[in-house]
Amino acid sequence: MDFIRNFPFFSIMISMLSGIISSILPKKAAKLLNLFMIITVFFLSLILLIYLCITGESFVYMMGHFPAPYGNEIRAGILEALMALFFSAVMFLSVVGGHKKLDEEVDEDRHNLYYILVNMMLSSLLALVYTNDLFTAYVFVEINTISACGLIMIRRIGRTYIAAVRYMIMSLIGSGLMLLGICLIYDMTGHLLMSNIKSSIEAIHASGQFRMPLVVMTTLISVGLCVKSSLFPFHAWLPDAYGYSTVSSAAILSSLVSKGYIFLLLKIIYRVIGFEVFVSTNILNVFYVFGLSAMIFGSIRAIRENDIRRMIAYSSIAQIGYIYMGFGLATDLGMEAGIFQILSHGATKSLLFIAAIGLTDVSGFNRAFIHVTGAGYRNKIAGIGFTVGALSMVGVPMFSGFISKLLFAEAGINVEGKSVPTLVVLAISVILNAIYFMKTVIRIYTPAPDSEFKEESFRFKDKLSYSLTILGFIALNLVLGMSSEVFNDLIHKGLEMFS
Amino acid sequence: MSRKKDDSLYQKTFSYKFFKWMKGEKDPLVGNVEMTPKKDPKEEEEETINERLREKQMMLEKIYDVENNKLILNFRKIYKFISILFCITMFAILFLNVSYLPPVGDAGNPSDNEVPVRYIEKGIEETGAVNFVSGMILDYRAFDTFGESNVLFIATITVLILLKVDSKLKKNDPEKYEKETNDRTLEPKKDPILQFCARYLMPVIVLFGICTILNGHISPGGGFSGGAIIGAGLILYLNAFGFNDTERFFIEKTYKVVCFVALTFYCLAKSYSFFTGANHLESHIPKGIPGAILSSGLILPLDICVGLVVACTMYTFYCMFRKGDY
Repeated sequence: MDFIRNFPFFSIMISMLSGIISSILPKKAAKLLNLFMIITVFFLSLILLIYLCITGESFVYMMGHFPAPYGNEIRAGILEALMALFFSAVMFLSVVGGHKKLDEEVDEDRHNLYYILVNMMLSSLLALVYTNDLFTAYVFVEINTISACGLIMIRRIGRTYIAAVRYMIMSLIGSGLMLLGICLIYDMTGHLLMSNIKSSIEAIHASGQFRMPLVVMTTLISVGLCVKSSLFPFHAWLPDAYGYSTVSSAAILSSLVSKGYIFLLLKIIYRVIGFEVFVSTNILNVFYVFGLSAMIFGSIRAIRENDIRRMIAYSSIAQIGYIYMGFGLATDLGMEAGIFQILSHGATKSLLFIAAIGLTDVSGFNRAFIHVTGAGYRNKIAGIGFTVGALSMVGVPMFSGFISKLLFAEAGINVEGKSVPTLVVLAISVILNAIYFMKTVIRIYTPAPDSEFKEESFRFKDKLSYSLTILGFIALNLVLGMSSEVFNDLIHKGLEMFS
Repeated sequence: MSRKKDDSLYQKTFSYKFFKWMKGEKDPLVGNVEMTPKKDPKEEEEETINERLREKQMMLEKIYDVENNKLILNFRKIYKFISILFCITMFAILFLNVSYLPPVGDAGNPSDNEVPVRYIEKGIEETGAVNFVSGMILDYRAFDTFGESNVLFIATITVLILLKVDSKLKKNDPEKYEKETNDRTLEPKKDPILQFCARYLMPVIVLFGICTILNGHISPGGGFSGGAIIGAGLILYLNAFGFNDTERFFIEKTYKVVCFVALTFYCLAKSYSFFTGANHLESHIPKGIPGAILSSGLILPLDICVGLVVACTMYTFYCMFRKGDY
């Protein structure tokens, strides 16, 4: 059974190795290798999760012959395994769902480069999830940033170039701030290993030394990661990056990349700085305010948008606002709700992107609302997928979005001073969500008899992979929505293991 | 003037043209050969300058409508003001913050803990490398360095995506391909001084780079620095002798194969080391005598791998930015 402890290491190394091998493979072989790798990582994470649930305690894994403060180390607990499982599942569905579009939009000889980027992206996400060392985290943040830029501009048109440059600038500012914060941590504690830093910081905090550097360090790291995960005032790079890149990239970026950074932030809150110290710096209150404003402003921008892909992109800003709002409540319940929202948003947003591409394809590749009228009849499976995603986003029971909103309300109601704003803004945000998502759903199911686009004869065989992807996403959404107790339980146990 | 013929007839004869040319009154090439004044390739033509200025003006007028759009004017002013203010505040906060931190080089600093002590005291014994830095980055913290070399790899991939000329273009539209890959305007044209210097410098630079890599575990140096030196040597050679000469030993396939072999070896070798280390198995890699050239276990081969990746990355960056192809 102890062999299972190698699985985090295996999954990181397999994904990196497959990225390296893809560089010499032809297009088809690279595609197959990529799918095989993601499935392997999925099953490894599943077995690891089951193993951890049985043993009930986390473990550290030594990377090399030297124990922790001297060498590198990774750590696995229930939350880490759950995230790895979820990331690989969503990654698989997003990549499969975008295969056809990739063939259309990307040059033939750049396909294997694309799979290198995807493999490296997964490996960096896994490393961010499993790492127990701040500097390792920084190295993999770099890989994550560069491969995300590549994923955006693999579709070589003017707008993706601009979006990639924008993303790169914003993201590098975020990395730079984070690096400054890590330098300050090293100066104050002399460690890079998370558990050692935590005990030193607790001692420093208790003794009252380094009051100012502690606050500055916390702020730098938090703001850096907020910029990278596009919290409201730092969201300028997001709409173009999600709106014009090829569909798998958009799905991966929205549901995985920003979530990887949020998970790293969570890890820093619990395992590096310590929850109590972090609360005492009042950064969480800033998160709370920005999260609330993101929920409102993201939705308002989405309502004003006339392009279906950009509308979904703006909705991401609102949804990320929910996560930070949950963190900002500064209670364990709020954190758990935030983590559930990571899962729920990841499963739903990629579904929406992939369904939207099906809708625009049958409307002559036009993305404006006027053209997608009646598209739900022309491409039925995409219409169903979009409807499910929209219902989940709005928060209809049975779907995952409902549970996350319920959890936020439950978490917010007991927090002194924050209960009224939380509930009010949550209600307003749900109404705004309903306005723009239901508007779209109604539009795609409005018959357009004089439409120039013919109804597509639906043959299941032609679009096997696409339909299966949509069905897979719907299933994921229903699982998250209907058996939420299981996930809540796992998240609760995982958070307990964190500290 | 001729005494025997009329002027009109005489003007058509060869001797008339010859004497006229002798006196310097006529250039025989004028009218026959197209002659335009030679110009610096980098100099912009007046026409394009005007066009550029016109487009900029049009953008300001049509899109931003600067004269009437007070919002944008105000926004630009406020933007400048706020960015300067933000930078000054950032400076102030960070400087103030530094004054609270422990002074540099103090013996009681928190960073002087057991970790560097062990690297220095037991480093040679545990890793077999006399150079502590090599021992630290390639043995104690090898996972980070593996990530770092993958950063280089993925950066090259991204530059390839952005700048590489389509392979289809070569078959379908050779004329456009020639135009896209034409870098003659930037190339020093077979400069004899450069070629002379490069002929003698390039072998020395590459040998020095190889030496730096191979001695990475004994003396200061290692894969990253040695690879950068070799890359610089290759770029010098390319500048002196042009693409025709470098194509003989460095094409796209070379890059792919070298990077693939180096990184795969790195990945597999380190995986073996991590696996044995974590499971407390015995590792069958000999450490050798510290100070010998063949010593310190995996550090020497890993240094070579990193050096190859770095050299290829630098050379590829240069090629892509200059021509878009190897």
